Amino acid sequence: MEEAIVFSYIRWIPLLPLIGFLINGLGARAELGPAGTQRVHWVACLAPFGSFLISVVAFTKLLGLPAEGRLLTDTVFTWIASGEFTANLSFSIDPLSSVMTLVVTGVGFLIHVYSIGYMHGDKGYSRYFAYLNLFTAMMLVLVLGDNLLLMFLGWEGVGLCSYFLIGFWYEDPEKAYAGLKAFVVNRIGDFGFLLGLFLLFWGLGQNGIWTIDFGSIQEHVHLLSPAIITAICLLLFMGAMGKSAQIPLYVWLPDAMAGPTPVSALIHAATMVTAGVYMVARMHFLFVASDLAMQWVAWTGAITALFAATIGICQNDIKKVLAYSTVSQLGYMFVAVGIGAYAAGIFHLMTHAFFKALLFLGAGSVMHAMGNETDIQKMGGLRKKMPWTFWTFMVATVAICGIPPFSGFFSKDEILWLAYSSHHGSTALWLVLWIGAAVTAFYMARLVFLTFFGEPRDHHLHDHAHESPAVMTVPLALLAVGAALVGFVGAPASLGLTNHFEHFLEPVVGALPHGDHHGSHATEYIFMGLSVAVAAAGILLAWWLYLRAKEVPKIMARKYARLYDLVYNKYYVDEIYDALFVRPIRNLSEKLLWKIFDEKFIDNGLVNGTARFFQRSAQSLRRIQVGDVQSYAFAMVVGILAIIGFLLLQ
Amino acid sequence: MEIINQHLISVLVFLPLAGALFVLLFLRGSQKEAVRWVTFLTMLAGFVISLKLFLGYDADSTQTMQFIESTPWLPEYGIVFKVGIDGMSLLLFMMTTFLGPLVILSSWRSIEDRVKGFHVCMLLLQTAMLGAFVSLNLFLFYIFWEAMLIPMYFIIGIWGGPRRIYAAVKFFLYTLFGSLLMLVAILYLYFVHVKQFGFYSFDLFDLYRVHLALGPEKLLFLAFALSFAIKVPMFPFHTWLPDAHVEAPTAGSVILAGVLLKMGTYGFLRFSMPLFPAATEYFYPLIAVLAVIGIIYGALVAMVQPDVKKLVAYSSVSHLGFVMLGLVVLNVQGVEGSVIQMVNHGLSTGALFIIVGMIYDRRHTRLIADFGGISKSMPIFATFFMIVTLSSIGLPGLNGFVGEFLILLGAFKKSVVLGVLAASGVILAAVYMLWMFKRAMFGPLDKEENKSLKDLDPREIAVLVPIIVMILWIGIYPQTFLRKMDRSVEGFLTRTGQNTAPPVQPLERESLFMTESISVQDFGGQGHGNR
Repeated sequence: MEEAIVFSYIRWIPLLPLIGFLINGLGARAELGPAGTQRVHWVACLAPFGSFLISVVAFTKLLGLPAEGRLLTDTVFTWIASGEFTANLSFSIDPLSSVMTLVVTGVGFLIHVYSIGYMHGDKGYSRYFAYLNLFTAMMLVLVLGDNLLLMFLGWEGVGLCSYFLIGFWYEDPEKAYAGLKAFVVNRIGDFGFLLGLFLLFWGLGQNGIWTIDFGSIQEHVHLLSPAIITAICLLLFMGAMGKSAQIPLYVWLPDAMAGPTPVSALIHAATMVTAGVYMVARMHFLFVASDLAMQWVAWTGAITALFAATIGICQNDIKKVLAYSTVSQLGYMFVAVGIGAYAAGIFHLMTHAFFKALLFLGAGSVMHAMGNETDIQKMGGLRKKMPWTFWTFMVATVAICGIPPFSGFFSKDEILWLAYSSHHGSTALWLVLWIGAAVTAFYMARLVFLTFFGEPRDHHLHDHAHESPAVMTVPLALLAVGAALVGFVGAPASLGLTNHFEHFLEPVVGALPHGDHHGSHATEYIFMGLSVAVAAAGILLAWWLYLRAKEVPKIMARKYARLYDLVYNKYYVDEIYDALFVRPIRNLSEKLLWKIFDEKFIDNGLVNGTARFFQRSAQSLRRIQVGDVQSYAFAMVVGILAIIGFLLLQ
Repeated sequence: MEIINQHLISVLVFLPLAGALFVLLFLRGSQKEAVRWVTFLTMLAGFVISLKLFLGYDADSTQTMQFIESTPWLPEYGIVFKVGIDGMSLLLFMMTTFLGPLVILSSWRSIEDRVKGFHVCMLLLQTAMLGAFVSLNLFLFYIFWEAMLIPMYFIIGIWGGPRRIYAAVKFFLYTLFGSLLMLVAILYLYFVHVKQFGFYSFDLFDLYRVHLALGPEKLLFLAFALSFAIKVPMFPFHTWLPDAHVEAPTAGSVILAGVLLKMGTYGFLRFSMPLFPAATEYFYPLIAVLAVIGIIYGALVAMVQPDVKKLVAYSSVSHLGFVMLGLVVLNVQGVEGSVIQMVNHGLSTGALFIIVGMIYDRRHTRLIADFGGISKSMPIFATFFMIVTLSSIGLPGLNGFVGEFLILLGAFKKSVVLGVLAASGVILAAVYMLWMFKRAMFGPLDKEENKSLKDLDPREIAVLVPIIVMILWIGIYPQTFLRKMDRSVEGFLTRTGQNTAPPVQPLERESLFMTESISVQDFGGQGHGNR
């Protein structure tokens, strides 16, 4: 490996938002006043903006280096050292983390700005921005951390902020519960992550390697046996399944929509939930060494992509539709990293950050206008009332549906094509994703048609609707520009363009796996056509069902009531988990372990039983020395008689 | 000043005793404020002076036991006032002096009855605890060890809740039962030492050299271990703990959880394990399995407790399971993690009890169901509570993580299966702590009594801030503390390691009772003649 270049400003990228958190967190007051409000959001927004500027500087610095030597590092101090084990608090920027940093700070900054309008007048204004800054700091630690343990620090830190922000309006018990659920489900995943981490350290330690920075792990990965590598990958991926909401641990994300909408945009769409994808890409050298793990990742992603998309069809809550959509899109990213197309996965991560953040912020703008109404069945006809929101939302929608030349087209099509053509992929994998693409187009179009087109279904709400202030619409517009154009940095070579994105990431994660057996340009064009066609079909179907033949969806829902109920109730997964895990463990703990085993058996039986035994024995023994002369005399007589009797009988 | 420097440890150990005497002799029971101030300032002075110890401890010296003082007491019987400190006891000692003033400050307003007696008890307890951590003579250790019981017995029995007498007696008898077995074992060891080396000594380092056959060694180990296991408490000897905690006043709970329980784990570290390395190896599977059961079982039972204090008590069973696991795996990471975790548990659980006490002072209930939505009426309180909760569940960046991580790393090195099982504790801890937090602090503020609760006052904030600072310090820069004990842990591992301790004498099988009877005669002959 080349000698890394020290760039000691890196630490300021996470540190600035952390300082912002401290300022706003320690200064949190219930009554802010106008000046206080100003101070809070200036501090909160400048922090990620500063980080963004440093990230840009780091990015240009990287570009100035030869492709193979693009690595900047910054070691702050030794974090935990015990015996031969050492973990440093050190950061590094390579092309992969550079892309992530730019997305997190760039998109993050816009969402901070948008929040000024959205959270205006909230009682917890400074608390909100403090959490948002803390989140940004933790996400940056996750991305920039130079070793797995530091990544885990960020990993848990973002989970914590997610917990805080989901339950931000904690007075509502359901929201507080949603936060708790998110944390606990994530912890189940983190349990896997932690085990993977220990197994990795243990495996390397067996071979005398105790340095745990990514470079060193990559260098020594050949020392591990294939079985151990597979186990480590599957365990680490369990963490990813939690954080990135894949089956079976996705259940927390839809509930996480209880948080303020900009939070859903930042944490539960653009950044935190993609941490799992980033982690797999970061640890790619382990995953490529295990075919089983790769297949597992790819298929988990594919099944989640389709499964979540189908749930999206029947949801009426604007944020829930987007939540399931996020679960589904994360599935696409996992397929990409599962077939070894790391650059494609990260590319989709980036485009998704733009269009999904935009969709959420658009939804937030709609809710802002409609008095926090989230039911799309009560909306309709909003496109004239809210032109900025409508047009930006449209850009994001066509991007996610995969209509060229919007960003989602390039990134999603690349995944679909590689799912078919790369040697880790297969026709079956492609087919699942392709159907998923149709469903995606359908539910997104349904959402748009029900919200913005047709006649208003609730006139009272509609009359009060209004466009949001500029502090919200300007971020929307900027994100829309990104959602429209950012795809071109990763345009495929088959269209005669250059895939800059792939070339940039190649030194870190390797080249895209190009189809070795059936991948001519002609086939690629056909697949591109199929992708676009199926998206168009989905949109047309939604147009017909929700704007033309409006009675058909209701008839279908009635006719296939059972199926509809099943999908509408999200396949009853929450209920199944509750019956299988939550209640049995609680009952076991309460009734058996506590009430019977602990209280009755150990405490009352063994411990107090011992005490009672001594008490009772003493009670009986006491009688022989109570000072009662008559009983002494009686005992003596009995004794003498017994001795005499004994002697006589002999 | 020179005297203080020469006898730093003695000064620190006996300063609280002096404070107690002062309160006892010069203050009247009605001078409540004066009693509190004298006690607080004594404790605070103790902490400030102990910083000298911390800064003066040379982590790089090959001589790990430092600040040794040795004053003959009854030298003909080998009873010497010998104290000293190494990197491991240093941290526990510091934690004790650190918690001392905070505990007094925390119960400033909650103890109004028999104020003088209470503070005298607290000071006596402090001396006993500090003494136990630094004793290098088993006789001396035993005195301090038993001396701890008495003030704690009164603290629970007089200032406790409705079932205080039951809890106090249970606490006293249960721990005393274990201690007596230990006393027998200490005496046995003492006489074996005489037999092998020809002079009387309770000195720990002399006794380390005693060579035992595996049979007696196992019995002695069990006698020591039982005494310590009750104190820890390890599953299944833990049932005195919930009762004692629920009934004890806040200060009692804090010291009980924060320091007294550590006596058990410290006992393993300083006595059972290095004195009986072969037996430690032999009983490793048993202790490790009990530790892991404790981790999971304690967490599951904690989850369903309706009373916050009981919940925290059971969580201690779980956390101390981690500590025990780290100790018995016998590698650097495990043991260092364990010692750090002892300190962490003292800080986090101590703080949790202080927090529960604060809400109890206001609401006179500890049932989770009686709370709800408290975050709204007490936002500052909620913030502290949250940070401590997170520390308790081992969030990276806070102290709990450093300990748990190192322990689990050590456990994995020894046995992957145990490591996996123990790691499941990380899920359960999040469940029981955050679920409790949600029910108590979040949700609608729907109970009248909770609406008018006053947020923390400056005194209460002053109690919690130092603890939070330490929670962050250990979480972010644990090297300050880990470095202090590197060499001591190495020494401990050499002492307990199987391959590095060649037998000093040829094996000689001897029966437990024979040795004892012979030695008792010797002992009698030396001048303690039966009268």
